[in-house]
Amino acid sequence: MKNIIIIGYGPAGISAAIYLKRQGVQPLVIGKDFGALEGYDDKVENFYGQAEPIDGKVLIQNGINQAKHLGIDVITESVISLKSVGETFEVVTTSHTFETKAVLLATGKTRHTVRRAGFTQFRGKGISMCAICDGFFYRRKKVAVIGYGPYMLHELDFLRKMTKDITIFTDGHAFDDEIDFPVVREKITKFIGNEKLSHIETTQGTYEIDGAFIALGTPSSVEFASQLGVIIEKNNVVVNDKYMTNIPGLFAAGDIIGGKLQIAKAVYDGMNAADAIYNYLHPKKSPGLSK
Amino acid sequence: MVHIFTTGNFEKEVLKSDVPVLVEFWATWCGPCQRVAPILEDLANDVKDLAKIGKLDVDEEYEIADELGIMSIPTLIVFKNGKVHQSTIGVQSKETLKKLLDL
Repeated sequence: MKNIIIIGYGPAGISAAIYLKRQGVQPLVIGKDFGALEGYDDKVENFYGQAEPIDGKVLIQNGINQAKHLGIDVITESVISLKSVGETFEVVTTSHTFETKAVLLATGKTRHTVRRAGFTQFRGKGISMCAICDGFFYRRKKVAVIGYGPYMLHELDFLRKMTKDITIFTDGHAFDDEIDFPVVREKITKFIGNEKLSHIETTQGTYEIDGAFIALGTPSSVEFASQLGVIIEKNNVVVNDKYMTNIPGLFAAGDIIGGKLQIAKAVYDGMNAADAIYNYLHPKKSPGLSK
Repeated sequence: MVHIFTTGNFEKEVLKSDVPVLVEFWATWCGPCQRVAPILEDLANDVKDLAKIGKLDVDEEYEIADELGIMSIPTLIVFKNGKVHQSTIGVQSKETLKKLLDL
């Protein structure tokens, strides 16, 4: 059992890890890419202490190296599932399963989606972002699973218990795994229906479908959070002044909680979240109860 | 208090209610739905008799859920004067739910 797993190794996640380590808590940091700074063309010029403009990716890599130098465990893997189990959490990556007392979501906001015509209209009316929440409504129905990687396979594993009539839509992404279900490889152009979804249109044709489950790329923090029952508002994870969501032990920091999308703010969030996580893991004994 | 709505009492308790009614469509196996329960308790205490707060199990009371085309849970619907006034999918804060009720 880990004490704390931090998902995301950008400025919020790494700052939280550094401050936790200082307080004697050993975090595990799991990251997969450089988030918003991955494709950031301009150099970062507004962050304290950089004498010359610095490349966003270099800044993030420096942060990861700094954490490793301080003896913090940092691994590069995609998290494909996050579940709450009683008062603890189970974090599943592409190659490990961890149990932990607390989780900090600090993945930033880059996310994969299929905002084609009809997406918003049929969200909740045939289009679902969560197999375990909605799979039940599609027992023995015609289902599309949209995705191409481990996340899609994870969702597929659940949905195949509900129905055998499943088609994979890769939406133009490469997919080479051997699989028991038909695979449609063209790009999706439109979601069609009246009151609810009835067809998916691609560049090559139209497919009759009762339900479409989105599992593209790797799930974003917002997806993890909504599957767990975290309150999301305006696509931000809602936290209290202790950076904790409505689920005890689940914290969030950085871009995903909204506010200024700035490195300085993410670092500040990370520092504060570390204090809150420390206090969560080490509850003060109320006087009178201690022996 | 949080009411339990059924196929049997839906018309009387929800459609013919004098005050707005918020209904959570949920199921026992739905993880996120478990997180809605404490929010509804809290909301019910706040709104007192200005609105009715309750939930309907989509497995047990599937007739109503089918009729309303519920395909994702938790779905939260506010009924006013027997009609769907506003609806939303996913876990919402107490404040957001109050706004849905126009309170």
